[in-house]
Amino acid sequence: MTATVRLSRRAFLQGSLGVLTLAVTSSGLVSAARAADAEAPKYGADSMPGGTVDDPLVFVSIAEDGTVTIVAHRAEMGTGVRTSLPMVVADEMEALWERVEVVQAEADEGRYGNQNVDGSRSVRHFLMPMRRVGAAARQMLEAAAAARWSVPVSEVRAVQHEVLHEPSGRRLGFGELAADAARQPVPTADALKLKAREDFRYIGKDKVRLVDLEAIGKGEAVYGMDMRLPGMVYAVVARPPVVGGKLRKFDGSKALTVPGVLKLVEIPAFQGAPAFQPLGGIAVVARNTWAAIQGRDALEIEWDDGPNGSYDSVAYRQELEAASRVPGKLMRDQGNVAEAWAKAPEAERLAAEYYIPHLAHASMEPPVATVRIEDGRAEVWTSVQNPAAAQAAVARRLKLEPGKVKVKVLLLGGGFGRKSKPDFVDEAAIVAQAMPEGTPVKLVWTREDDIHHDYLHTVSIERLEAVIDGSGQVQSWLHRSASPTIASLFVEGAKGQQITESAMSAINMPYVIPNVRVETAEVAAHARIGWFRSVANIPHAFAAQCFIAELAHRAGKDHRQFALELIGPARRIDPGMMADTWNYTESPERYPYDTGRLRGVIEAACEGAGWGRELPEGHGLGLAFCYSFMSYTATVVEVKVDASGEVQVVAVDMALDCGPQIKPERIRAQMEGGAIMGLSLALASEISFENGRVRQSNFHDYEVLRHQASPRVIRTHLVNDDHELPPGGVGEPPVPPVAPALCNAIFAATGKRVRSLPVRTVA
Amino acid sequence: MTHLQVNGQTRKVDVPDDMPLLWALRDELGMTGTKFGCGISVCGACMVHIDGQPVRACVTPVSAAAGREISTIEGMEADRIGQVVQQAWAENNVAQCGYCQAGQIMTAVSLLKTTPAPTEQQINDAMSGNICRCGTYPRIRAAIEQAAGSLVSGGRQ
Repeated sequence: MTATVRLSRRAFLQGSLGVLTLAVTSSGLVSAARAADAEAPKYGADSMPGGTVDDPLVFVSIAEDGTVTIVAHRAEMGTGVRTSLPMVVADEMEALWERVEVVQAEADEGRYGNQNVDGSRSVRHFLMPMRRVGAAARQMLEAAAAARWSVPVSEVRAVQHEVLHEPSGRRLGFGELAADAARQPVPTADALKLKAREDFRYIGKDKVRLVDLEAIGKGEAVYGMDMRLPGMVYAVVARPPVVGGKLRKFDGSKALTVPGVLKLVEIPAFQGAPAFQPLGGIAVVARNTWAAIQGRDALEIEWDDGPNGSYDSVAYRQELEAASRVPGKLMRDQGNVAEAWAKAPEAERLAAEYYIPHLAHASMEPPVATVRIEDGRAEVWTSVQNPAAAQAAVARRLKLEPGKVKVKVLLLGGGFGRKSKPDFVDEAAIVAQAMPEGTPVKLVWTREDDIHHDYLHTVSIERLEAVIDGSGQVQSWLHRSASPTIASLFVEGAKGQQITESAMSAINMPYVIPNVRVETAEVAAHARIGWFRSVANIPHAFAAQCFIAELAHRAGKDHRQFALELIGPARRIDPGMMADTWNYTESPERYPYDTGRLRGVIEAACEGAGWGRELPEGHGLGLAFCYSFMSYTATVVEVKVDASGEVQVVAVDMALDCGPQIKPERIRAQMEGGAIMGLSLALASEISFENGRVRQSNFHDYEVLRHQASPRVIRTHLVNDDHELPPGGVGEPPVPPVAPALCNAIFAATGKRVRSLPVRTVA
Repeated sequence: MTHLQVNGQTRKVDVPDDMPLLWALRDELGMTGTKFGCGISVCGACMVHIDGQPVRACVTPVSAAAGREISTIEGMEADRIGQVVQQAWAENNVAQCGYCQAGQIMTAVSLLKTTPAPTEQQINDAMSGNICRCGTYPRIRAAIEQAAGSLVSGGRQ
């Protein structure tokens, strides 16, 4: 079967108009017709490489024994997507989950559509395409049965792995119909009949067991780190300790005497901006990982540190603070902040600065890739979030057509944004190229490599200045963000945040304040700045959400009540009205900023936590909220702070409105995990530099939350399971409100403001 | 040549005496259920049992493991408590990425072997050497409590 029917873009847009109309009816923002205009900009999945594919012949195959094989085209890093998207297909096609097998797709965005598991997009972009895949497969099975029985297709229907003809009581299993169904034409978009919500068997329910659950518990699940091939050799790399540093000279003679060490391979330093290029250095190739590590320890290397050799976190913080106190690049301007500030009496002014250090992703599986080159082709086995980027990097390195590079995606032992960058896959390709043809090379990063050479979360000072009048009304809001930009990864010397960063909780704040100004300071990057789960929302929401609590306190009002008044009544705001022309690439009509939904999660989290209740001595409740990746979140943290300043997290309430809930149990898992990751960065984690080098090296000094510090209670509140709304993200949104909620709770418990992370203890 | 007793079977490895058991298991014996997380005994991903004691394979030389009973995650299905813990893990949908879970399970099994009805404090003390970056701690706790409950009630029958 090679016939494929690709839906035209126009047909796709028309197909989605129903949803669109429902989403904007009451907002009256724009007419739905605008989105159907062929000249309209591409939004969401359509703006991504590969777009979406909803061809059932690509994603579904049925064996004669009735086994339905569904392709999971996106990598599994712990969110459950390898289960949830195939589950959507199974539901729409009436396949029984017990008779479904999930197979993982190789990198091929031309065939499957976009495969970049990043930006909380998997369900957001592929819920509807996967529903269409399943519906088309079901209708092809129904058409095949109707033809077999010579009855109108309207008289048959698929039910639980069979097609029934009710008038005659005849039935045929999916397996018996498979060959005929594959010869049926793929239904066109306007002929597709999607299920009504009440007919869902799996979507929105927790009946389906995770695909990899049992294998994980038995130690049988295969991650990138677990790849094994006959004749495989192992490599570790000694990299320049300073970003942009170069090899001056080295002596590998001792390394080569280590038993098991086979070869040393020089990795060239990157040129221009770092992007996804290797840092450079010397790879030690050996018969096993241990020998490679021992060999690396025996290398004698002199590095030329280059211009970043003086990067120092203490000095850099001062630089950020200074930059935050002078005007920066304008990102949003409304009213006249300068005038409001100048006119306001001192007693009505409030200013504060907030600091979050660099953070490392530290996924439990460090980066790892296996590459074999043979006969002008390369095979790659790895755990990456963006298989197409890995394919492109290897193809470029080996000067091959991308089609000659097969990337097989294994389970990721965590990703959090780190494994979107395939520098480690490129390294493995360089080493494989230096080995005899056909030698599989597994290139392993140790934990020290991971901590020393991560694409770090940025470091930031956020300065906020507000005018709050005698009646507690906020008249003016200035947010100045000073942090190295992700753009510096791709453009040498880039300074100042981009819209893609500012529109993560800095400019897109919907508060009822007449004068608003957001600026970004143009500071240089001295490390590889990457994206870390929820990205710039972390520093922006931390600062803004703590600052709102400070303003509430100044106004003498309850924080929850103050926040709801600041947000104002339920309404849908065109993000463009907040200077947000990015909107996470989504259409402003489909995804307006809905303050009603924001209010909803605040109310749910507060209700769950018993906001306003009497608390024991030393306890405090803190609130924070955020809109990110098209979802609304609020967190209430209860802390206990003892006399020594030790902070204990008693309970966390997490509320999320992501629109339609596809696999609620996995959504709750992401909310729980987001709470823990948020507490980790609030309480424990810090990457700092001295002489251009990362000072931390492993989990003993780059600390993350452990069992003993983990809250006993994490309650999750899912709000607004509405299938008429377009889906929002789930993986990232739980993180940003956690740290500010914690610091607001500490203030409630102690009267002490923490404006710098990690908290460690309250002085 | 070193003889290792792994999950009741004798396995031979030809490696230097100081090679950590972790790499002998993974690279030489192909037993990849035991994970590499830190290499310095601070994350618990490599937890195995030696003569019934929880041990971090990443810092245990093969010479120290030779001639002793080594149990790994691959052997837990044949272990009464291991099986109960694996089942509790599945029923509580503990795993997210799952990479650390073999080590978490090995530590939990070890805890329940010595402490069949652990208190919250005992669970924290036993488990705090195992990091989970996805943040599955609340479910790990729930799974251990469930496994303990079913072992206790199983014992009464």
